[in-house]
Amino acid sequence: MEEQRHLLSILVDNEPGVLSRITGLFSGRGYNIDSLSVAETVEPHVSRITMVTHGSPGILEQINKQLNKLINVIKVTDLTGTHYVLREMALIKVNAKTEHRAEILRITDIFRGQIVDVGTDHFTVKVTGDPEKISAVLNLLKPMGIREIARTGCIALPRENGNSNKNA
Amino acid sequence: MKLKGAQILMKMLQEEGVDAIFGYPGGAVLDIYDALMDTDFKHILVRHEQGAVHAADGYARASGRVGVCLVTSGPGATNTVTGIASAYLDSIPIVIFTGQVPTHLIGNDAFQEVDIVGITRPCTKHNYLVKDVKDLARIVKEAFHLARSGRPGPVLVDLPKDIINATTTFKVPGEVRMRTYNPTYKPNIRQLQKIIDLIAKAKKPVIFSGGGVNLSKAHEELTKFARNAQIPVTGSLMGLGGFPGTDNLWLGMLGMHGTFRANMAITECDLLIGIGVRFDDRVTGKTDEFAPNAKIVQIDIDPTSIQKNVPVSVPVVGDCRISLSMLNDLLEKIDLSGIEEKRKQWLDQITEWKNTTPLAYKQGDTIKPQYVIETLYELTGGEAIITTEVGQNQMWAAQYYHFTEPGHFITSGGLGVMGFGLPAAIGAQVAAPGRTVVDIAGDGSIQMNIQELATAVQYGLPVKVAILNNGFLGMVRQWQELFYQRRYSSTKFEHTPDFVKLAEAYGATGLRATKPSEVKKVLKKGLETKGPVIMDFVVEQEESVYPMVPAGAPIKKMLLV
Repeated sequence: MEEQRHLLSILVDNEPGVLSRITGLFSGRGYNIDSLSVAETVEPHVSRITMVTHGSPGILEQINKQLNKLINVIKVTDLTGTHYVLREMALIKVNAKTEHRAEILRITDIFRGQIVDVGTDHFTVKVTGDPEKISAVLNLLKPMGIREIARTGCIALPRENGNSNKNA
Repeated sequence: MKLKGAQILMKMLQEEGVDAIFGYPGGAVLDIYDALMDTDFKHILVRHEQGAVHAADGYARASGRVGVCLVTSGPGATNTVTGIASAYLDSIPIVIFTGQVPTHLIGNDAFQEVDIVGITRPCTKHNYLVKDVKDLARIVKEAFHLARSGRPGPVLVDLPKDIINATTTFKVPGEVRMRTYNPTYKPNIRQLQKIIDLIAKAKKPVIFSGGGVNLSKAHEELTKFARNAQIPVTGSLMGLGGFPGTDNLWLGMLGMHGTFRANMAITECDLLIGIGVRFDDRVTGKTDEFAPNAKIVQIDIDPTSIQKNVPVSVPVVGDCRISLSMLNDLLEKIDLSGIEEKRKQWLDQITEWKNTTPLAYKQGDTIKPQYVIETLYELTGGEAIITTEVGQNQMWAAQYYHFTEPGHFITSGGLGVMGFGLPAAIGAQVAAPGRTVVDIAGDGSIQMNIQELATAVQYGLPVKVAILNNGFLGMVRQWQELFYQRRYSSTKFEHTPDFVKLAEAYGATGLRATKPSEVKKVLKKGLETKGPVIMDFVVEQEESVYPMVPAGAPIKKMLLV
């Protein structure tokens, strides 16, 4: 059956070992994690895990049920096909020779990024958006020579009713 | 009341109604064992920690209560892993307490330190590392609650030595409230109504009963349901005992070593009602050709079991007993007159399958293992609690002993643990002191936990062990015979101990039968003898279990005798 990509928002107890239960479930049962990000919520005892995963509809159904079965999982929301806002941040350390410096600044500006570190021969660009936007920036910066990148993975929240378009 | 952690643990075990603990002491749990001296718990000192978990498992299945196991840190803890994984796959409620090094040493690779919470995460329903003595009482209460509620399973509690020694004010915790855990017991009645509608239309329905029916003690409701709707019943290995094995509607076990009629009925049926099952690969064979003409209904308390292995038309999340009881109520509302007439053709077909291709074996000059079990069934009147090891002994026990109620057939179904039967028999005997408990074993698997014979002798637990001694690792040999051109790679035991002498060395009784004519005599004597007995049946060496569905084949493609 056809593979689908899904975006899950998982509320869990903020306790040691919980992330390991989740990742262990995925590795043990052969499920895929494309990206994962975790942090505390307004409630200090609760963390939110935002995860992008993919699989056949049967596997995705199992992922949802198996996550819910874990004692430390409070709630699993599949955001796919609902209204949500999604962001990812990337830090991109790129070669910045004299002839390229203006071009890098322009690209950063177009994508509403920021230069967060400057050296004699490099810039570190910070850019935020959906994964496609970050891929676009990376493509444009590639010719200059990317030294290192760090990406946060997606984070997402459902939109309040009726405020925006449905995401894919 | 100020108490030490170890005393709090004892108080909580009393609160939970524990009467027996299976365990093995060591450095990290000295304080717990010291506190144990001041209580009335029956502590069964096993000879290996694996035995402790299997015994707690056997105890839980025979009693329907939570089994408890107590071991030390490090190797004590790692030795429990096989038993925990077995209980996890069979959904058996046990709580395992492991000692741990003091909290300040955790992560230091201290002596006898192991991350048992990390190791057992994928094979427990849940587990805990207690980091503050103030949490201890609540955690113990939660552990028992989790083990026995919903889909039951093993829960492990890791107890660092300093926590056990720390003192705090003890108060019995109130009701367990966990916002993340709330199993669904009561099913959706609209889904149940759909099942009733399908039953009314079906011409060739079959019920497939599993471990969930035994765990929720739904046997009476299932029997009523099947009889009223005149639906034949088959069972998985874990489902044996959920429906009377002596009833006319009983098809026998299905799957890889299922009966001809059960596998044919599944293949031909137009409605399959799975209750407390997960459609394991040993049951379905090739899933594409499993019940190809049927609408499949599945009732299970665990949503992850539903539709995991086969697509399901009517999924029902709920407790098996409650669901069946509600189905019985719904069934009463429809007109079932003439149901026997309506089902006649289907039931006649099943009888024909039964008559043309029954479970069978050929008698000869040597003892046939099937004959031993048939005779055991006859002599015990079907009343014994049977435990098994794993392999041929297990399959023959499932085929030739007929079970009529839950808790009478105790076997490591999901994980298939050799060495399970003897310690499980010990646990079952502790739970049911007056009953006959027999471990049906092979000469291979009995040697995997034979040391527990000393435990049985020490506590005067009169478990009987019937070894079907064929000198081979029989089931593996059978596969080698059928699928590897009889190339018997490492399945022949060139040396096996004298089990009669071994029994005597342990202080038990040893008996042996080498001819068919001796079988009944030896079984009779063994069952009548007080105390633990090993009966060594020297059986046909190359007997195989039939029917057999080769792995991955459709279940209608059976190899027959």
